[in-house]
Amino acid sequence: MDVILFLVFAIIAVVCAINVVVQTHPISSAVSLVGVMASLAVLYLLLGAEFLAAAQVIVYAGAIMVLFVFVIMLLNAGAEAKKGRSFTAQLLGLPLLVAFLGLMAYFVQRLFPQSTMVHFGGFRGGGAAEIGHALFTTFLLPFEVTSILILVAILGAIVLARKEMD
Amino acid sequence: MWQTVYSNPLFAPIVVTLVIIAAFPLVAGYIVLLERKVLADFQVRLGPMRVGPHGLLQPIADALKLLLKEDIIPAESDKAIFWFAPCISTITALTAFSVLPFTRTIYVADVNVGLLVISAVSAMGILGIILGGWASNSHYSLLGALRSAAQLVSYEVALSFALLSGVMAAGTLSMKSIVLAQQQRGVWFVFDNWGFMIVPFAVYIIAATAETNRAPFDLPEAESELVGGFHTEYSGFRWCLYFLAEYANIFVVSSVAVALFWGGWLRPFPSVAWLDVPLNVAFPVVLFVGSGAMTLTLVKKLKDKMQQAVLVAVALALVLVASVFIVPVVNHAVIGLFWFLLKVFTIIYLLIWFRGTFPRFRYDQLMNIGWKVAIPVGMAAVLINAVLGMLRHG
Repeated sequence: MDVILFLVFAIIAVVCAINVVVQTHPISSAVSLVGVMASLAVLYLLLGAEFLAAAQVIVYAGAIMVLFVFVIMLLNAGAEAKKGRSFTAQLLGLPLLVAFLGLMAYFVQRLFPQSTMVHFGGFRGGGAAEIGHALFTTFLLPFEVTSILILVAILGAIVLARKEMD
Repeated sequence: MWQTVYSNPLFAPIVVTLVIIAAFPLVAGYIVLLERKVLADFQVRLGPMRVGPHGLLQPIADALKLLLKEDIIPAESDKAIFWFAPCISTITALTAFSVLPFTRTIYVADVNVGLLVISAVSAMGILGIILGGWASNSHYSLLGALRSAAQLVSYEVALSFALLSGVMAAGTLSMKSIVLAQQQRGVWFVFDNWGFMIVPFAVYIIAATAETNRAPFDLPEAESELVGGFHTEYSGFRWCLYFLAEYANIFVVSSVAVALFWGGWLRPFPSVAWLDVPLNVAFPVVLFVGSGAMTLTLVKKLKDKMQQAVLVAVALALVLVASVFIVPVVNHAVIGLFWFLLKVFTIIYLLIWFRGTFPRFRYDQLMNIGWKVAIPVGMAAVLINAVLGMLRHG
């Protein structure tokens, strides 16, 4: 059951990811990206990380993609015109892609040996309480640094917006 | 063979899911009728009166009309997204039902991130509205969709802060455990912390009204300026799906308010034992027999024999429902559902009351209320409730 669900949502994720690139209209690409985010959330859920799955949907599929679509609609971006690809791209595109994927597979294989196989539902501590506990004890410093980073980004956005207003 | 079917852990969830999917469109239709009748009452008129006695069969007639209507897709629209957008809205709205705790035993799933699941699917539901508005390729739809996106993203923050206060009191995100925590403490959370929890509930109900695009925050579909807002170009069954999603959302936000603040399926004063008989038996019996009797007084005013007969049947059905609560075994099975639905419909009545009472806000007022009032008050409520909760419960 787990393997079937994994295969279904992994395939959806990959197909949607390819669709993001193939589609000519930005809105269609954004919708495909939502599909990628939502299927990734299901993969998290299969591993046993419930909180992360819900947060993935709320933050990425919900908030961020809604803002993406909002901006695309606001700028009224139309479909992009298809241009012919250059000769080098046509010649080298496919071999380079295959070489890149092969390298990636090789490094992943080297970095994570067989003994650290991931199991479905094998991850314990994916609930809200465990995540909160980990964030405020083990990972307190990175957590606080991230919050300062976000604060800086907010301040930057306000400064930029004020300059526009004057 | 039947034994194995009953004992399967998936049996109850599947039955509850089927019942919800089959019954909710009808319930939504009757919520619409309730809304029209209550609004009519506020405005001193009668509301729908023609189809069935006092308009009781109006929802069925409306549903038939919508199903048989011509389904128009604008020539210049983005067909695929135009087709798909109402489905996103409906699917996400109905998915939220999967974690609602109707009673201790009637629910689809009790997951340890239940409340987050509801936030997640409602965040996805926004996409249905903005994509539908954009795909229509019409100025009114686009404006409605843009307003809707800005409004929903703004009020989601206030909504989350309000929910956080309740979650803090319960110490869990599972919807069932939140209600059980209130049973254990013997008080509905809205009256907890010396009554201060009423503040996050107020923030919640304001944010929830905005999240469901209802008056006085119904700028995405402001009829006077935008024709119909994001669903201007929709007709027939697709339009019907948007409305199903909207009423499903209203039911879900009311249910979350009930589960988190108003004690879910618990009766008032859940820890006072001697109130068990008056509240769990006498109250529902008096309520249903009383409404049956009030229905009977309306029979004389009707002229048509057929309509009189239907109304008498409705009155008898109400008395029959009352008799259900007298049998102890049956009472035990249905009393939780009775309290849950009674509270949910009280909140829905409150939302209809808002619509009948408040004029629509201007757009800048809407943003001011969201960012400068609701969010700071929500944050302060989290802080104060944390301190009060620790003082009170250690």
